[in-house]
Amino acid sequence: MRLMADVFLLLGAAFLALGALGILRMPDVYNRIQAGTKSVTLGAVSFLIGVALLHPAWWAKVLCIAGFILFTSPVGSSTIARALFQAGVRPWRVDDAAATPAERRLAGGTAPGATE
Amino acid sequence: MTLNALEIAAFTLVGIALLLGLLRLMLGPGAADRIVAADTLSVTATAGIAGFAVFYATPLYLDVALVFGVLAFVFVVAIARTIEANRPGDTEDRA
Repeated sequence: MRLMADVFLLLGAAFLALGALGILRMPDVYNRIQAGTKSVTLGAVSFLIGVALLHPAWWAKVLCIAGFILFTSPVGSSTIARALFQAGVRPWRVDDAAATPAERRLAGGTAPGATE
Repeated sequence: MTLNALEIAAFTLVGIALLLGLLRLMLGPGAADRIVAADTLSVTATAGIAGFAVFYATPLYLDVALVFGVLAFVFVVAIARTIEANRPGDTEDRA
Protein backbone atom coordinates (compact mmCIF):
# COMPACT_ATOMS: atom_id res chain seq x y z
CA MET A 1 0.00 0.00 0.00
CA ARG A 2 2.76 2.39 0.96
CA LEU A 3 4.75 1.49 -2.16
CA MET A 4 1.72 1.97 -4.39
CA ALA A 5 1.07 5.37 -2.82
CA ASP A 6 4.70 6.33 -3.38
CA VAL A 7 4.51 5.29 -7.03
CA PHE A 8 1.41 7.44 -7.54
CA LEU A 9 3.02 10.38 -5.72
CA LEU A 10 6.19 10.13 -7.80
CA LEU A 11 4.28 9.74 -11.07
CA GLY A 12 2.10 12.75 -10.30
CA ALA A 13 5.08 14.87 -9.27
CA ALA A 14 6.91 13.89 -12.46
CA PHE A 15 3.93 14.95 -14.57
CA LEU A 16 3.73 18.24 -12.66
CA ALA A 17 7.42 18.91 -13.34
CA LEU A 18 7.08 17.98 -17.03
CA GLY A 19 4.05 20.26 -17.39
CA ALA A 20 6.02 23.13 -15.87
CA LEU A 21 8.89 22.33 -18.26
CA GLY A 22 6.41 22.46 -21.15
CA ILE A 23 5.19 25.86 -19.94
CA LEU A 24 8.80 27.02 -20.06
CA ARG A 25 9.79 25.49 -23.41
CA MET A 26 6.78 25.74 -25.74
CA PRO A 27 6.89 28.44 -28.43
CA ASP A 28 3.62 30.33 -27.95
CA VAL A 29 0.67 30.86 -25.63
CA TYR A 30 -1.64 28.19 -27.05
CA ASN A 31 1.03 25.50 -26.91
CA ARG A 32 1.77 26.53 -23.34
CA ILE A 33 -1.92 26.20 -22.44
CA GLN A 34 -1.92 22.66 -23.85
CA ALA A 35 1.22 21.60 -22.02
CA GLY A 36 0.20 23.31 -18.81
CA THR A 37 -3.36 22.03 -18.60
CA LYS A 38 -3.26 18.41 -19.71
CA SER A 39 -0.07 17.32 -18.07
CA VAL A 40 -0.60 19.28 -14.86
CA THR A 41 -4.20 18.05 -14.45
CA LEU A 42 -3.10 14.43 -14.76
CA GLY A 43 -0.17 15.07 -12.44
CA ALA A 44 -2.26 16.74 -9.75
CA VAL A 45 -4.92 14.03 -9.79
CA SER A 46 -2.29 11.30 -9.64
CA PHE A 47 -0.55 13.09 -6.76
CA LEU A 48 -3.87 13.32 -4.89
CA ILE A 49 -4.50 9.60 -5.46
CA GLY A 50 -1.12 9.02 -3.88
CA VAL A 51 -2.08 11.18 -0.88
CA ALA A 52 -5.35 9.26 -0.49
CA LEU A 53 -3.53 5.91 -0.60
CA LEU A 54 -1.01 7.13 1.96
CA HIS A 55 -3.72 8.31 4.39
CA PRO A 56 -6.89 6.32 3.60
CA ALA A 57 -8.90 8.18 6.26
CA TRP A 58 -8.72 11.40 4.24
CA TRP A 59 -10.29 10.01 1.09
CA ALA A 60 -13.42 12.19 1.12
CA LYS A 61 -11.61 15.53 1.13
CA VAL A 62 -9.03 14.31 -1.36
CA LEU A 63 -11.84 13.17 -3.64
CA CYS A 64 -13.40 16.65 -3.38
CA ILE A 65 -10.12 18.31 -4.37
CA ALA A 66 -9.45 15.88 -7.24
CA GLY A 67 -12.96 16.25 -8.63
CA PHE A 68 -12.72 19.99 -8.37
CA ILE A 69 -9.39 20.05 -10.23
CA LEU A 70 -10.77 17.72 -12.91
CA PHE A 71 -13.73 20.05 -13.34
CA THR A 72 -12.12 23.49 -13.20
CA SER A 73 -8.74 23.09 -14.87
CA PRO A 74 -10.06 22.42 -18.41
CA VAL A 75 -12.79 25.04 -17.98
CA GLY A 76 -10.27 27.66 -16.87
CA SER A 77 -7.78 26.99 -19.64
CA SER A 78 -10.41 26.90 -22.37
CA THR A 79 -11.77 30.19 -21.04
CA ILE A 80 -8.28 31.68 -21.28
CA ALA A 81 -7.74 30.32 -24.79
CA ARG A 82 -11.09 31.63 -26.01
CA ALA A 83 -10.44 35.05 -24.47
CA LEU A 84 -6.98 35.23 -26.04
CA PHE A 85 -8.29 34.23 -29.45
CA GLN A 86 -11.02 36.84 -29.30
CA ALA A 87 -8.51 39.44 -28.10
CA GLY A 88 -6.60 38.92 -31.35
CA VAL A 89 -3.66 36.68 -30.39
CA ARG A 90 -2.91 34.56 -33.46
CA PRO A 91 -1.69 30.96 -33.13
CA TRP A 92 1.97 30.21 -33.81
CA ARG A 93 2.78 28.83 -37.27
CA VAL A 94 5.73 26.91 -38.68
CA ASP A 95 6.68 29.97 -40.75
CA ASP A 96 7.24 32.01 -37.61
CA ALA A 97 10.11 29.75 -36.57
CA ALA A 98 12.14 30.60 -39.69
CA ALA A 99 14.53 33.46 -38.98
CA THR A 100 15.07 34.99 -42.44
CA PRO A 101 12.70 35.48 -45.42
CA ALA A 102 14.71 32.93 -47.45
CA GLU A 103 14.28 30.33 -44.75
CA ARG A 104 10.62 31.24 -44.52
CA ARG A 105 10.25 30.60 -48.27
CA LEU A 106 12.02 27.29 -47.82
CA ALA A 107 9.74 26.29 -44.98
CA GLY A 108 6.62 26.98 -47.03
CA GLY A 109 4.17 25.68 -44.46
CA THR A 110 5.69 22.22 -44.15
CA ALA A 111 7.15 20.59 -41.09
CA PRO A 112 10.48 22.01 -39.81
CA GLY A 113 12.28 18.74 -40.41
CA ALA A 114 11.47 18.82 -44.13
CA THR A 115 13.50 21.96 -44.86
CA GLU A 116 17.02 20.62 -44.53
CA MET B 1 5.04 8.78 9.79
CA THR B 2 8.51 9.52 8.47
CA LEU B 3 9.01 10.13 4.78
CA ASN B 4 10.98 7.65 2.71
CA ALA B 5 13.21 8.45 -0.27
CA LEU B 6 10.47 8.13 -2.89
CA GLU B 7 8.24 10.65 -1.09
CA ILE B 8 11.12 13.09 -0.69
CA ALA B 9 11.83 12.76 -4.42
CA ALA B 10 8.16 13.42 -5.21
CA PHE B 11 8.06 16.56 -3.04
CA THR B 12 11.30 17.76 -4.63
CA LEU B 13 9.78 17.33 -8.10
CA VAL B 14 6.74 19.37 -7.04
CA GLY B 15 9.13 22.07 -5.85
CA ILE B 16 10.95 21.99 -9.20
CA ALA B 17 7.60 22.32 -10.98
CA LEU B 18 6.72 25.36 -8.87
CA LEU B 19 10.10 26.96 -9.59
CA LEU B 20 9.82 26.39 -13.38
CA GLY B 21 6.30 27.83 -13.42
CA LEU B 22 7.51 30.82 -11.42
CA LEU B 23 10.31 31.32 -13.96
CA ARG B 24 7.76 31.50 -16.79
CA LEU B 25 5.64 33.83 -14.64
CA MET B 26 8.61 36.21 -14.33
CA LEU B 27 10.00 35.86 -17.89
CA GLY B 28 6.74 35.66 -19.82
CA PRO B 29 6.89 38.05 -22.78
CA GLY B 30 3.28 39.11 -22.50
CA ALA B 31 0.43 39.23 -20.04
CA ALA B 32 -1.10 36.13 -21.67
CA ASP B 33 1.94 33.99 -20.86
CA ARG B 34 1.84 35.17 -17.27
CA ILE B 35 -1.84 34.27 -16.91
CA VAL B 36 -1.27 30.79 -18.35
CA ALA B 37 1.69 30.34 -16.02
CA ALA B 38 -0.42 31.48 -13.06
CA ASP B 39 -3.16 29.01 -14.00
CA THR B 40 -0.70 26.11 -14.15
CA LEU B 41 1.00 27.30 -11.00
CA SER B 42 -2.30 27.36 -9.09
CA VAL B 43 -3.05 23.71 -9.90
CA THR B 44 0.52 22.75 -9.01
CA ALA B 45 0.23 24.67 -5.75
CA THR B 46 -3.04 22.89 -4.91
CA ALA B 47 -1.27 19.55 -5.24
CA GLY B 48 1.65 20.95 -3.25
CA ILE B 49 -0.62 22.01 -0.37
CA ALA B 50 -2.03 18.47 -0.31
CA GLY B 51 1.61 17.42 -0.06
CA PHE B 52 1.93 19.71 2.98
CA ALA B 53 -0.92 17.76 4.56
CA VAL B 54 1.14 14.58 4.17
CA PHE B 55 4.31 16.31 5.36
CA TYR B 56 2.79 17.61 8.59
CA ALA B 57 0.43 14.58 8.91
CA THR B 58 -2.62 16.76 9.51
CA PRO B 59 -5.74 16.86 7.28
CA LEU B 60 -6.26 20.59 7.95
CA TYR B 61 -4.19 21.48 4.88
CA LEU B 62 -6.66 19.64 2.62
CA ASP B 63 -9.26 22.32 3.42
CA VAL B 64 -6.65 24.95 2.58
CA ALA B 65 -6.02 23.22 -0.75
CA LEU B 66 -9.73 23.11 -1.58
CA VAL B 67 -10.28 26.80 -0.81
CA PHE B 68 -7.12 27.73 -2.72
CA GLY B 69 -8.36 25.80 -5.76
CA VAL B 70 -11.74 27.55 -5.70
CA LEU B 71 -10.17 31.00 -5.39
CA ALA B 72 -7.63 30.27 -8.16
CA PHE B 73 -10.42 29.18 -10.50
CA VAL B 74 -12.35 32.38 -9.83
CA PHE B 75 -9.16 34.39 -10.43
CA VAL B 76 -8.46 32.71 -13.77
CA VAL B 77 -12.00 33.16 -15.07
CA ALA B 78 -12.08 36.80 -13.93
CA ILE B 79 -8.79 37.62 -15.68
CA ALA B 80 -9.91 35.82 -18.84
CA ARG B 81 -13.16 37.78 -18.94
CA THR B 82 -11.19 41.00 -18.48
CA ILE B 83 -8.99 40.18 -21.50
CA GLU B 84 -12.04 39.30 -23.52
CA ALA B 85 -13.76 42.58 -22.68
CA ASN B 86 -10.75 44.64 -23.84
CA ARG B 87 -10.50 43.18 -27.34
CA PRO B 88 -9.62 45.63 -30.12
CA GLY B 89 -12.41 46.89 -32.36
CA ASP B 90 -14.97 46.48 -29.64
CA THR B 91 -17.35 49.38 -29.94
CA GLU B 92 -19.92 48.31 -27.36
CA ASP B 93 -19.77 49.85 -23.94
CA ARG B 94 -17.77 47.76 -21.50
CA ALA B 95 -19.16 46.56 -18.23
